[in-house]
Amino acid sequence: MTRIFDPKDRVIGLSGSALDVVMPMHLWFGPGGQIIRVGPTLAKIAGDQDLRGRDLFDVIHLRRPRAGKTLAQILSLQGARLSLTITGCENAQFRGVVVAMPAGAGGLINLSLGVSFAKTVEERGLTLKDFSPCDQTVDLLYLREANLAITRESRNLTERLQAAKLSAEKQAQTDVLTGLQNRRAMDEALKTMVDQPNPRFGLMHLDLDFFKEVNDTFGHAAGDHVLAHVADILRAEVRKTDIVARVGGDEFVLLFRDCDDPDLLDTIANRLIARLEVPTQFDGKACQISASAGSVLSSKYDNPTPDKLLNDADVALYTSKNRGRAQHTLFHDELMLPVPAAR
Amino acid sequence: MHGLVNRALQGFLVDTYGSDLWRDVVADANLPAEGFESMMHYDDALTDATITVAVTALKKDRQTFLEDLGTYLLAHKNQEGLRRLMRFGGETFFEFLISLDDLSGRAQLAVPDLDMPALEIRQKGLSRFEIRVKWSIKGAGFVFLGALRAMADDYGTLAIFDVEAGDDGSDLVVIELLDTAFAEGKSFSLGAQPI
Repeated sequence: MTRIFDPKDRVIGLSGSALDVVMPMHLWFGPGGQIIRVGPTLAKIAGDQDLRGRDLFDVIHLRRPRAGKTLAQILSLQGARLSLTITGCENAQFRGVVVAMPAGAGGLINLSLGVSFAKTVEERGLTLKDFSPCDQTVDLLYLREANLAITRESRNLTERLQAAKLSAEKQAQTDVLTGLQNRRAMDEALKTMVDQPNPRFGLMHLDLDFFKEVNDTFGHAAGDHVLAHVADILRAEVRKTDIVARVGGDEFVLLFRDCDDPDLLDTIANRLIARLEVPTQFDGKACQISASAGSVLSSKYDNPTPDKLLNDADVALYTSKNRGRAQHTLFHDELMLPVPAAR
Repeated sequence: MHGLVNRALQGFLVDTYGSDLWRDVVADANLPAEGFESMMHYDDALTDATITVAVTALKKDRQTFLEDLGTYLLAHKNQEGLRRLMRFGGETFFEFLISLDDLSGRAQLAVPDLDMPALEIRQKGLSRFEIRVKWSIKGAGFVFLGALRAMADDYGTLAIFDVEAGDDGSDLVVIELLDTAFAEGKSFSLGAQPI
C-alpha cells in the first residue's frame, strides 16, 4: 500500500475526461462526502438518478469491511479491497478501492463489477465501449459464453452416450459373467420355438445346490469361478443348436431342439449333475456343488405356452429339491396333485 | 483436429447442402456413421478427406468451398454463438481486426486443446491489414476470407479482401478498409443471453 502523503509522491493533475477513460467506474467525493464526479459507466449503471451532489453514504453501501460508516473510516480503508452495493442496483455486487485526495480534499473510489458482472451487463445494457481496455470483464463474459457452449456440447455427448448404453444393455443377449445367453435371449428363443407348428423340444430348468455355501465360505470370487465352470460344463454337454441360458443367480434354463424322448432328457440331466458334482479348485480350495433339475417336453402339450412350460419345469425342479436334491424330475400331471397330509 | 472444428464443417455441409449430401460424404470419406462428436479428437486426414470428398461431390473448387465455409461460420443463424464470441473482439471492425491477435489465446482459454490457426496480423498504413494464416488445413486463408467478409458485413464496414498463397504453405489475407460506417451493422448486445 502506498502512503499518499509521502513527500516523494508527486501529485499529478488529470482532467475529468482523462479520468473517465482510465477509470470509467470512478466515484469522486469532496471533503464533506458529497459526490463531485461519476465515471460514465458507473453513471450508466446507476441509471436515471444523478448521483452528483448526493451524499456518499446515500449512494454506496459498504458490505465489507463493515467499519466504513463515516468519511474518516472510509478514507482509512485506503488500498483495501472493498465490497459494496449502490443505491438503485442493490442486486449487483461491486468491488472497489478508495484513495484519499491530497490535503483532505475528499477521495476517489474506483469500482469494477463483481462476480455478478454478467447480470449487470445484461440489465444495464453495457457495451464494449463501457469498459476500459484494461478491464478483463469483457474477457470474462467471453469465457462465460464459450464455457456455456462447451458445457452444453459435453452434456449432449454424455446424454447420447447414456442413451446408447441403456439401449445396448436392453438389447444385450449375453450374460457377462458366464458368456451364456441371458434371460431375455432365452425368452425370445422359447417364444420362437413354441410358435412353430407341432413344437417338439425339451425345456430343462436347472438350479445349483450348495452354491450359496460356496459363496458364503470362499467368497464371491469363488462363486463366480464356479458359475463360469458350470457354464463350461453345460455348453460342453449340449448340442450347438441347443440353448443354454443363465436366468438367475444360480439358475439355468436349457432348451433342447427336436427332442421328445423323456429317457434322453433324464440321461442328459444325470450326466450334467454327475459332472457338476466333481469339485472344482479355486485358490487351492475345493468347491463342491450339485444341481437339481426339472424338465418338460413340449410334445406332451396340446397348446404349449412359454409360461406353462416354464411353470411346469419349475414344479418338476422343486419336486427334485424336495426329494433330496441332486436329481432330475420329468414333469407329469401327478406332480400337481396336492401333497397328502402327513400322518 | 478437434471435434469442434469437424463438427462446424459438418454443420456447414448439413445446413447448406442438406443431409443427403452429408450421408454421401460420410460414406465416401469413411467418417463415423453418426458424424463427428464435438468433444473428441480426430485424425487430421479425416478432416481433409471430408473437404476433398465434399468439394468433388459439389463440383466446386476448394478455394470457393473454403470461403463459403468461412462465411457460414459467422453468418448462419445456427452459428450465432460463434458470431457473438467474435464480436467480443471489438466495438468496430478495425478493433476486431486488431483483436485477432488474441483469437487463439481466447479460444484456448475456453478449449485448451483446440487446434487454432497461427495468425500474424500486420497493419500497413491507415486502412490496410495483412493477416498471415497458417493451419493444418490447407487453404485456411480462404476460410478467413469468407469469415472476415461476414464480420465486415456484421459491423457494417465496406472493405476489399484478397488472398495470396504464400511460399511456405501459409496464406496472406489482405484487407483494405474503405468505409467503416458503410451500413448499419447487425446488433450485438454484450450482455444478451448466450446462444
